[in-house]
Amino acid sequence: MSERHRISRRGFIVGSAAAAGGLALGFHVPFAAAQTASSTTSEGAEVNVWVLIQPNDDVVIRIARSEMGQGTLTGLAQLVAEELECDWSKVKTEYPTPGQNLARKRVWGDMSTGGSRGIRQSQEYVRKGGAAARMMLIQAAANAWSVPASECVVEKGVITHKPSGRTTTYGKVAAAAAQLEPPAEVPLKDPKDWKIAGKPMKRLDTAEKLNGKLVYAIDVKLPGMLNAAIKDCPHFGGKLKSYDEAAIKNMPGVRHVLKIGETGVAVVADTWWQAKTALDALPIEWDEGPNADVSSETIAELLKEGLDSNEGVFVGNQAGDVKAALEKAAKKVEAVYGTPFLNHACMEPMNCTAKWTPDRCEVWVASQNGEASLAACSEAAGLPPEKCEVYKHHLGGGFGRRGFQDYVTKAVLAAKQIPGVPIKMIWSREEDMLHGRFRPITQAKLVGALDENGDLTGLHFRISGQSILAAVRPAGMQDGMDPLHFQGLHASADSPFGQFGYTIPNLLIDHAMRNTHVPPGFWRGVNHNQNAIYLECFMDELAHAAGKDPLEFRRKLMGNHPKHLAVLNAAAEKAGWGTPPPEGVYRGICQHMGFGSYCAAVAEVSLKPDGKIKVNRLVIAVDCGIAVNPDQIAAQVEGSVVYGLGAAFFQENTVEKGRMVQENFDTFESLLIEHMPKVETVLVPSGGFWGGIGEPTIAVAAPAVLNAIFAATGKRIRTLPLKHHGLV
Amino acid sequence: MAKLNVNGRQFDVDVDPETPLLWVLREQIGLTGTKYGCGIAQCGACTVHVNGEAQRSCALPISALEETDEIVTIEGLSPDSSHPVQRAWLELDVPQCGYCQSGQIMAAAALLASTPEPTDEDIDAAMTNICRCGTYQRIRAAIHLAADYANKNAG
Repeated sequence: MSERHRISRRGFIVGSAAAAGGLALGFHVPFAAAQTASSTTSEGAEVNVWVLIQPNDDVVIRIARSEMGQGTLTGLAQLVAEELECDWSKVKTEYPTPGQNLARKRVWGDMSTGGSRGIRQSQEYVRKGGAAARMMLIQAAANAWSVPASECVVEKGVITHKPSGRTTTYGKVAAAAAQLEPPAEVPLKDPKDWKIAGKPMKRLDTAEKLNGKLVYAIDVKLPGMLNAAIKDCPHFGGKLKSYDEAAIKNMPGVRHVLKIGETGVAVVADTWWQAKTALDALPIEWDEGPNADVSSETIAELLKEGLDSNEGVFVGNQAGDVKAALEKAAKKVEAVYGTPFLNHACMEPMNCTAKWTPDRCEVWVASQNGEASLAACSEAAGLPPEKCEVYKHHLGGGFGRRGFQDYVTKAVLAAKQIPGVPIKMIWSREEDMLHGRFRPITQAKLVGALDENGDLTGLHFRISGQSILAAVRPAGMQDGMDPLHFQGLHASADSPFGQFGYTIPNLLIDHAMRNTHVPPGFWRGVNHNQNAIYLECFMDELAHAAGKDPLEFRRKLMGNHPKHLAVLNAAAEKAGWGTPPPEGVYRGICQHMGFGSYCAAVAEVSLKPDGKIKVNRLVIAVDCGIAVNPDQIAAQVEGSVVYGLGAAFFQENTVEKGRMVQENFDTFESLLIEHMPKVETVLVPSGGFWGGIGEPTIAVAAPAVLNAIFAATGKRIRTLPLKHHGLV
Repeated sequence: MAKLNVNGRQFDVDVDPETPLLWVLREQIGLTGTKYGCGIAQCGACTVHVNGEAQRSCALPISALEETDEIVTIEGLSPDSSHPVQRAWLELDVPQCGYCQSGQIMAAAALLASTPEPTDEDIDAAMTNICRCGTYQRIRAAIHLAADYANKNAG
C-alpha cells in the first residue's frame, strides 16, 4: 500500500465517523477555481466547482451532500442560486462523484451527510461558490461590452448594462466567465435580503418520486449484471461454519455460492428472487461465537449494575455538590428509566452494486458518505482509491444507517470473486433487520432534590449503557469519556453536542459506560432521543412532586438560557398551555436542544374507549437560527414525530443467543397514518446562527407525549416501547 | 410461460410460477418503480393495482393471476403524472426519500376510485403503508386535495 493510499484512507475514516456522529470537522473548504476539464457528467461551462451553466441558460448546481429525503439537495441549491441570482426555474442538480472529489483534491469538501450538518456546515462555501460565479459571469459580460462590471446588474440570470440597456444571459457568457480568475473577495448577502433561500421553494426532486422514474440504488441495472442475496452470521461475533452448496447449485438461475469474509455466504443468480430463494434453501451452520449466551436479560443486568456503580463512570456536566443537596432535600424524587436497541429500518433495504476488475472497482450505492464508500470499496477491492469510483444514488432512507459501509464492503467482496461481472447485492429485510447498527441501549437513574418551596436544588442524572463512539470512533473519546453520550446535556453553549437548558445549583450528569457486543450506530437524533426522554419526563415528575405547573417549574430554571426558554414559550403559547384543553384531552410539555437547534413540544392526548391512547396534536417549536426552507423544515418536523413516536409506541430490538430477535415489520412495527397526530410546526428562527433540522425535533416528540400520558392516566411510563404498557 | 397484462400491455414471462409479481415486474419486465420493502405484505412499498384493487405484489405469486387480470403499476397510473393523486402529491411536496411513495400513491388512487370523498377514518383504514420518513400528514392532506381535483374534473 502506498503512503498516499494510507493517508487518504485515514482521512476518509475520520471524515466518515465524524460525519455520522455530528462532529464538527476542522477544515475549511474554499470555493475553488474552475479547472480546464469538466469532470462531472453534465455538459456546459463550469464557472466554478459548484456552478455549471449550459448554453440554454440551464444552471447545474453541484451537491456534495447526499439526499435521503431530508431536503438538503433543495436547500443547498437554494443557497447557491440565491447568491448566483439565477432563474430558479432553470436550476438542476448533480452529485460530483467521490472519485472526482479525490482527484480534484476535495474541492467539494466533505461529502458526509449526517448529524444534521448538510446545510449548516457547508452553507458558507456553497454560498461563496454561487456569489463568485455571479461576479465572474457579470465580469465576462462587462469584458465583452468593454464596460465596467460595476455598471452591470443581474436578475434571474439576465445581465443588463444599465447605461446602455444592453442585455445578455448567463448561458451566453458562461464559457468566457469560466476562463476568468475567481474574485479574491466574495461578499455574501444578508439573509434578510434573500429571495430564493429562506423561502418555501418546492423540492427539486419530487417529480421523479411520483412516477417510478427515479433510479434508486436497488433499481440499478448494468449489462451482464448478476444478483446476489447474502446471509451473514446473525450472532454478532460469530462466524460462518459451513454450508452445503450441492443442495442448491441446481436451483433455477443459481450461478455461484460465495463465502463473504469469515462471516457470510452469498448466492449469486440471474435474478435476485432466484438468489434469495436458493439462499433460503441453503443449509448453513453458524459458529455462534463468544456471545451466544448474551440476551436482553443479561444486558439489562449489566446496565442495572451501572446505575449505582462507581466503576467506569464518566462525568459529563457538574456543578456544586449534588450529594449534599440530596442530603438536605426537603423532598427527594427518584426514578429509573430505560430504552431499547433500535434498528433504523430504512424503507430501501441495504444494497450495493459492485463491479471489480484487477485494475478498477466501481460501486453504485445509496450512501450518507460517498467518500467513506470509496474508502470501503478501495479496502475490499484491494485497489487504491484512485482506481475506485462511487456513483451516488438518492437514498431510500438513511437515518444514520447508511453512514456505515458494511453493505458496500460485502458487495465488493462478492464482486471481487467474479471479475468483470457487475453484482447487485440486495439484503433481504430480514438481513437488514439482523445486521443493523443499533441505537444503543441505555437505562437512567435520576434523583432530584426539592427544597421546602418546591424548587429544584439538586439533580443527579446517571446514564448507564452503551457508547457509540467507543465502538465506532475511539478517536472521538475524551480520556475514556464519550462526549456524544451527553448530547443535549453539556454545560457549554459552544459544545457541538447540545447545551443543557437548565441552571441547577447542584448537578451531576454522569455515564456508566456499559458496552455490549451489539454493534451500535447513529440513529436519527442519536443520544438526544433517550437523554431527552429521561430528563424531560423526570422534570415532569419533579414538577408534579413539587405541586407546580410543569411549564412554570421549568421556566424558573431557564433564566440563563434565553434561547431554550423562547422556544418553550413559543410552543406553550401556540398550544394554549395554561388554558383548559378540550374535554378529555390532556397535555404534556418538554424542551431540548441539539444539533445546533432549540426545540420544544406540547402534546395533546386523549384516551380511547378501550383505554389506548390517541395522540391528537403535537405543537413543536424550533429555533434553527437561519431558516433556509420553511416548508421543508415543517416536513422534517412532521417526519421526526413519526420516527420518534414510532419508536416510543412500538419498536425494540431484543437479544437472544447473542443475536437480534426481530426480523421484519411484523414484529418491528412502524407508526402508521392512523396514529399520526396533527403536527403544528412553530418556526421561530432568531437569526445569527445555523442550526440543523433533520434530527433535533425527534428528541421532543416522545417526552411530550409521555408527559401527556401521565396527565391523562396518572401512569408514569419509564420504559419503552408503549406497546408493553397496554397503551397503544 | 405465464401471460401477464401490465399497464395495458401483454407480457410473456418465463419464470417459476411461485415468483411474486413484484419480482416479475422488477426483474423480468423492467418496471422498477414498484419497490421491495419487506417481502411479507407488511409495508406496502410494492402496492400495485390488480383489476383496480390495491394489492401487495411482494406476496402475490404470479400463479394466482389470470391472463385477463389487469395489473397497473406506478408507471402506468397515468402517462404524464397527471393522475389527481400525483398532482396533489406534487402540489403538497409529499415525498421525502420517496421510496415508499409509489406504493402510497397506488394505495391512495385505489382508495379514491372506490371512495371518491374519503373521510379521515376512511384514510386511516385504507392507508396502511409504512413511511419511515414520516410523510403521513401530507399524505392525508394530499388525498383530500386529490379528491377535490378529481371531483372538480368530474363535475
